[in-house]
Amino acid sequence: MASADGMKGRARAAGAGIGVMQVRIVLLVSLLAAWEIMARSGLLYRDVVPPLETIGWALVVLLSSQAFYWNLGVTIAEVLAALAIGGSVGFMTGVLLGGSRFFGRALEPYIYYLGPTPKIIFFPIMIMWFGVGPGSKIAMGAVSCFFPIALSAAASMRQIDTVLIRVGRSFRANGWQMAMKIYLPAMRPSVMNGIRLGLGIAIIGTLLAETKLSNRGIGYLIMQAYSIFDMPRMYALLITLFAFAIGANAIVGRFGGHTTGK
Amino acid sequence: MRAAAISPARFLPALFGLFCLFCAVAVVEGLLRAGLLNRFIVPLPTEVAGSFGRLFGEEHLLARFLTTVQETFYAMAILALIGVPVGTLLYQVPVLRKATETWISALASAPIVLMYPLFLVIFGRSAATIIVMGVIAGLPPLILKTIEGLSGTRQSLINVGRSFRLTRAQMLTKIMLPAALPTIFVGLRLGLIFALINIVGVEFLINFGGLGQLINDLAERYDMPGMYATIVFVILVSVLFFFVTERLERWLRRMA
Repeated sequence: MASADGMKGRARAAGAGIGVMQVRIVLLVSLLAAWEIMARSGLLYRDVVPPLETIGWALVVLLSSQAFYWNLGVTIAEVLAALAIGGSVGFMTGVLLGGSRFFGRALEPYIYYLGPTPKIIFFPIMIMWFGVGPGSKIAMGAVSCFFPIALSAAASMRQIDTVLIRVGRSFRANGWQMAMKIYLPAMRPSVMNGIRLGLGIAIIGTLLAETKLSNRGIGYLIMQAYSIFDMPRMYALLITLFAFAIGANAIVGRFGGHTTGK
Repeated sequence: MRAAAISPARFLPALFGLFCLFCAVAVVEGLLRAGLLNRFIVPLPTEVAGSFGRLFGEEHLLARFLTTVQETFYAMAILALIGVPVGTLLYQVPVLRKATETWISALASAPIVLMYPLFLVIFGRSAATIIVMGVIAGLPPLILKTIEGLSGTRQSLINVGRSFRLTRAQMLTKIMLPAALPTIFVGLRLGLIFALINIVGVEFLINFGGLGQLINDLAERYDMPGMYATIVFVILVSVLFFFVTERLERWLRRMA
């Protein structure tokens, strides 16, 4: 960012430096006010945009119900299982592809180009293979998070400083010691970033599968709210879901140590 | 050097990759024919390949594909119409940019697609829901890349503009936007990839529209070879789209 607006931006920011927090508050308040006006104006269908107070109450009711925590537990268990399966397979694939130039060039393009395809279309196959229960949701999450984790593991293998590897060899470290003392610590930031991306995608994959066909989990609760047209509850569910996704992301980000660039 | 660069050894990994793919398909075919895999769950790869003709003829695969393309095109147009001006506005007003940039980045990694039931209520089971979901998914990367592109304009170009005493609007349209075009294209490409993923996904989830709906339809009719073939078709289309836009992006960068 050797930027053209560098000096100009800094000069302006100095003048308006006090403004950033205020602007945020003004934006938030105007957004909420606009929402409330829309809700009370009657211009939109009743309940499509419910008043903030109604959403707040729905959130309180949701958070105080036992069924919500049970369903949240189901979703968390599915996402964790998906991350464990997809992540470990992805990591091993990435290490294999990143460790060998030949295998990397032969097979990595398939993962690279398959990565940005819509994974949810595999859901009918997953239902056939793993049934209509949690198995197919876990499989969806695992397939979704496999790609970013495999790609980041392969990239991090290639980025390991050769000096570190030579140091390990000069100490006559065995395979296990090389893996634990040299490779894994050097790969950690990049792999953690991959896991962070993978976790986000695993959450999406698992929950989308739950919205399509399920009788438990947060995705199921969202579709239940949709089918009975309980919009305040749906908003409350979406808010908790976003909080859950952001929280999960922050936890993994903390383990990553924020050392990665992007 | 040149001779080495175009030697057959260069293509060896790619050929090996293709060979692996072919072997994997052959192994699945063999296991199915030997009865070790269940044919009711996994159809024969030869049956899948053979069902393409039927899909184009009876299931109007091409028309479905064009429906998805049309939805993606509308999403792209709306994306460009909203994303580039919003990015430009945020660049022009640094306070606003500083206040919202982290929000937009957070939005880019948020599970926005899960809001589809909400839009299903607002717009109904229609193309509008699908297009809106595509636009929402694609907006954050386009806005961020537009800001990045405009911020990265070379100082010498800006000095040229100043020496011609260009107005702020002229500076933007004659110097900054053209200079930022390759980066904006990267944003548009990323946005389109996100949009396409969401469009096909939501088509499948709400059972409406083009290719996504066809997969859902075929799954509900238990047409396994047809369903697998359509999934293969969607993957091929996505890969082709990703590949072509990647090449286009490289070409634009070289031109810049």
